Amino acid sequence: MSQPLIQPSRAKSMTIGESGLALVFTVTAFLCVIASAKAVDRPFAFHAALAAAASVASVFVILNRYFDRPATLPPQEINGRPNYNLGPIKFGAAIAMFWGIAGFLVGLIIAAQLAWPELNFEPWLSFGRLRPLHTSAVIFAFGGNVLIATSFYVVQKTCRVRLAGELAPWFVVLGYNFFILVAGSGYLLGVTQSKEYAEPEWYADLWLTIVWVVYLLVFLGTVIRRKEPHIFVANWFYLAFIVTIAVLHLVNNPALPVSVFGSKSYIAWGGVQDAMFQWWYGHNAVGFFLTAGFLAIMYYFIPKRAERPIYSYRLSIIHFWSLIFLYIWAGPHHLHYTALPDWTQTLGMTFSVMLWMPSWGGMINGLMTLSGAWDKLRTDPVLRMLVVSVAFYGMSTFEGPMMSIKVVNSLSHYTDWTIGHVHSGALGWVGFVSFGALYCLVPWLWDRRLYSLKLVNWHFWVSTLGIVLYISAMWVSGILQGLMWRAYTSLGFLEYSFIETVEAMHPFYVIRAAGGALFLIGSLIMAYNLWMTVRAGEVEVSSPVALQPAQ
Amino acid sequence: MTDHSDIDTVSGTATTGHQWDGIKELNTPLPRWWLITFYLTIVWAIGYWVVYPAWPLISSNTKGVFGYSTRADVAVELANLDRIRGEKMVALGAASLADIEKDPALLALARARGKTVFGDNCAPCHGSGATGSKGFPNLNDDDWLWGGTLDQIMQTIQYGARSGNPKAHEGQMLAFGKEGVLKQDQIVDVANYVRSLSGLSTRAGYDAAAGAKIFADNCVACHGEKGKGNPELGAPNLSDKIWLYGSDEATLIETITNGRGGVMPAWEGRLDPATIKAMAVYVHSLGGGK
Repeated sequence: MSQPLIQPSRAKSMTIGESGLALVFTVTAFLCVIASAKAVDRPFAFHAALAAAASVASVFVILNRYFDRPATLPPQEINGRPNYNLGPIKFGAAIAMFWGIAGFLVGLIIAAQLAWPELNFEPWLSFGRLRPLHTSAVIFAFGGNVLIATSFYVVQKTCRVRLAGELAPWFVVLGYNFFILVAGSGYLLGVTQSKEYAEPEWYADLWLTIVWVVYLLVFLGTVIRRKEPHIFVANWFYLAFIVTIAVLHLVNNPALPVSVFGSKSYIAWGGVQDAMFQWWYGHNAVGFFLTAGFLAIMYYFIPKRAERPIYSYRLSIIHFWSLIFLYIWAGPHHLHYTALPDWTQTLGMTFSVMLWMPSWGGMINGLMTLSGAWDKLRTDPVLRMLVVSVAFYGMSTFEGPMMSIKVVNSLSHYTDWTIGHVHSGALGWVGFVSFGALYCLVPWLWDRRLYSLKLVNWHFWVSTLGIVLYISAMWVSGILQGLMWRAYTSLGFLEYSFIETVEAMHPFYVIRAAGGALFLIGSLIMAYNLWMTVRAGEVEVSSPVALQPAQ
Repeated sequence: MTDHSDIDTVSGTATTGHQWDGIKELNTPLPRWWLITFYLTIVWAIGYWVVYPAWPLISSNTKGVFGYSTRADVAVELANLDRIRGEKMVALGAASLADIEKDPALLALARARGKTVFGDNCAPCHGSGATGSKGFPNLNDDDWLWGGTLDQIMQTIQYGARSGNPKAHEGQMLAFGKEGVLKQDQIVDVANYVRSLSGLSTRAGYDAAAGAKIFADNCVACHGEKGKGNPELGAPNLSDKIWLYGSDEATLIETITNGRGGVMPAWEGRLDPATIKAMAVYVHSLGGGK
């Protein structure tokens, strides 16, 4: 703080937050030690010990921070400009990059395991344990940290106010990553409640609930104290993401632990109801985590980078509300032709089709914002990455409604086509929009110039080639698989045995793994570029964006 | 704050008058094609709800004017399948194995049926080409543990081997080493003697006479005097070049020390009788059937 020393001798005291949190973590540390000692299974003992260590570390950090800081808390404004809180955002951005690489690497490993099953190493490194590690690492660890970091940045800048709370934003970022640690190590140890994208067991779920409520409070607290008369569109999307994920998480995960000192629990729901809750959750994790949240990123970073106004305010408001309203109904399309009642399947399918245009509203707003600035795509690979992400978004939000139609689904369901669809959205949309945002954010946060645009260009082309290999391999393999499964001979018998269909997939699995490897290489180029930006990049003098408030 | 006179010079469109961190928003109307397509999907959805089961009511749901249900669909498809293969499968079920062999139509049907079922049920152990692997017999050759006639193959498929089914093939090779019947050097001798039966090389300096003696005392009961095997007991022929677990000395020593007794499940009850018959015909036709 370069503030003039105007308050000479104010007595320093702990805030309620500091003393309260320190106390809570002290108690938690003791409880976790007891839980670890009384644990009925070893993974639980390990996780309880981990939580105890993290609690002790938290107490230490809180106290250390208190002794280090000046008597007064950081001011809300300096010289009439908001004093933005960037620390937690820096942490989130950096760890997102780390988790991204870890997640892509695990993805490459399981892709290779599918092509060459000898690469399964039981039990820790078997496909069954690595697969949820991959999905959680890329969606929740990489995507989640990108969302938290960008939301904390965007909400401050577009509300022209410092982030609410001093310890709370750190609690959110660190607490969320602790959840990731517990969830991920749990998968490797075989701890899972076997619900796709909701594998973490009850104690991890409880912890995430606490973290998420604090996240909501920090975000809302910032929005409420905003200095702008209106709430920026990106913040609507962030808020929809935070609120809906909270609801989804709570409704999908009510479970009764077998023992409060054990990792195993049973879900309250049963049978087809459980399946329905699961896919209502699963699909809306796509809708509100991977769509609404990343649309928020798009709505800030594309106009900012292109230096153009957003194409249509009206479209943003209509497509926001129609997206929110329609998405929540679409889950049953994951359960076509199952025990789920026909009427539920109909609703899932028709709402998915109605969702097509609301989804495309975001694409139109993203792409058309470029009008008048298309030439920048030639010179700015970061903007190109952002714009291509929107194109992939448009492609997969057309493919999704199409695949939800029952006749199409009867061919595509359970095949690799689904995997291809997911990855055109995950690699193309979520991945690229996150990369684009991080390429913007890291230089802004550290007040540097991006180390190399040329490397961004390499990243762009290597990864794009990887995505194209990946999704085209999965399209061919998925459709081939679907056709082989349903082929009958003239005598009325299945033409192919299952093992023949598996053999037919092999070349496509190899191509897919190659695509994944390229995507991973791209992310390594990016990590190097960002590292050099922070470490060696020369200080940017022309526009110190990070500390400058909006006019 | 609201300043509607702010016009974006590039597009000529008015902005909404606000800005956030330098970002403005144009007041562009909704694209017409977008709006029309959106309305069309809604109209289509409403139409779909009218003709298909769609909305929940208090104790039931709207049925739709087409009277569609997935279950009825499945029933129709199964009935269709029955029509295509039903009569022929009944004929197959009624015919004896010998009759099937004589009737080209039935034979073709049985082989087609058998091939499909083999792929999904037998291939995991015997391989999709039925070439087998260590511990799982090759079904293409003419070496049969439990006999290679149609009836014998059928019986093996039906009841399995050491499957727990009361009619299953039983009989286990004794663990001569572990049970203490033979000592280590005796096992080496007899292993080499067994190798000599099929003309394989033997370890230099092994006691051939002792090996022959041990073989005669312990092995002939099942494998026969010349090691030709006995399909009644599932005892493999030791004088040919086909080996289930391997013919090298180390593997033979392991076999004699610990015994052998692979398990094949019984398929009776899992597959219907006509299908089992078809599978027997298919396996018999693979090349080695007797």
